[in-house]
Amino acid sequence: MSDSQDILSLATAWRSAGEQVAIATVTETWGSSPRPAGSQLAVTVSGRMAGSVSGGCIEGAVAEAAMKTIASGVPQLLDFGITDERAWEVGLACGGKLKVFVEKLA
Amino acid sequence: MTPELLADLTAARAAKRPVVMATRLPGGEQMLLPAEGVDAELAAAAQRALDRDESGTVRIGNTDWFLHAYNPPMRLIVVGAVHISQALVPMAAQMGLSVVVVDPRRSFATEERFPNVTIMTDWTDEAIEALAPDVRTAVVTLTHDPKLDDPALDIALKSPAFYIGSLGSRRTHARRLDRLRAMGHSEEALARIKGPVGLDIGAVTAPEIALSILAEFVAARRNAELFAREAKAG
Repeated sequence: MSDSQDILSLATAWRSAGEQVAIATVTETWGSSPRPAGSQLAVTVSGRMAGSVSGGCIEGAVAEAAMKTIASGVPQLLDFGITDERAWEVGLACGGKLKVFVEKLA
Repeated sequence: MTPELLADLTAARAAKRPVVMATRLPGGEQMLLPAEGVDAELAAAAQRALDRDESGTVRIGNTDWFLHAYNPPMRLIVVGAVHISQALVPMAAQMGLSVVVVDPRRSFATEERFPNVTIMTDWTDEAIEALAPDVRTAVVTLTHDPKLDDPALDIALKSPAFYIGSLGSRRTHARRLDRLRAMGHSEEALARIKGPVGLDIGAVTAPEIALSILAEFVAARRNAELFAREAKAG
């Protein structure tokens, strides 16, 4: 009953249609993070987006990182949380912390 | 994710085979488990992730692995192609469940009434037996007709289905339990049946009753406190 499975199907369909796609996956959470490990966000260079890795707090920053990963082909492990310096830009209002793995769908 | 791994993962999911995509962090090397020749500790962690249906990061030796559990969808077997089922089926599909409707009455079990869902018109005990409910399966009987509900419940109670519910008032349910008792089911087994089915939210309309059933399904699946409390109260 994991909706991340549908995100992967959707991302696969986008890829097959010729889109450049990255997938971001929550790998670990602490505290009151809104989405569990395994939650996924798929983004394309053309601006399509599906799924979520938080309640909407960090999706923008993750999408930005995803563009870099698509361009370089190098995956990234992103850290988000209130103790992180990123908190000033894209902090989690809920006070949770999480890690997000971003990879290109080759 | 390489095209080869994505193809393997897609094939496993199409075949409803439970698999784990293991990603080494932060580098991103990946493999699909179970596989031959994998570190025993990693293999065991992957199996645990599937059993708990929970993805997460584990540290094995000096390496962090993100284990993404891909279990096949949970199943909901609905006995009775009735009005409430017509509300229940699309809501369950929206939740990602794999739904089967069982009703030998062909006038009820039509594609027009139940589009895009698997329909079985076998006798209910034969259908449930063929579907072989496992620990990720829920069985709900909604016909109100003992001829159809009872044989389905009889088989469901002999299975490890994690949720069994049966529609009917308290009086109807008490009589149902008497009949199942006479068929040889123990009190412990009978206590597994949620009856009247669904959380008591005062549901009246078919969609409301469907919602109460799915709410109870979620409570059972997530081991919600309220479910444990209800189970204790019997």
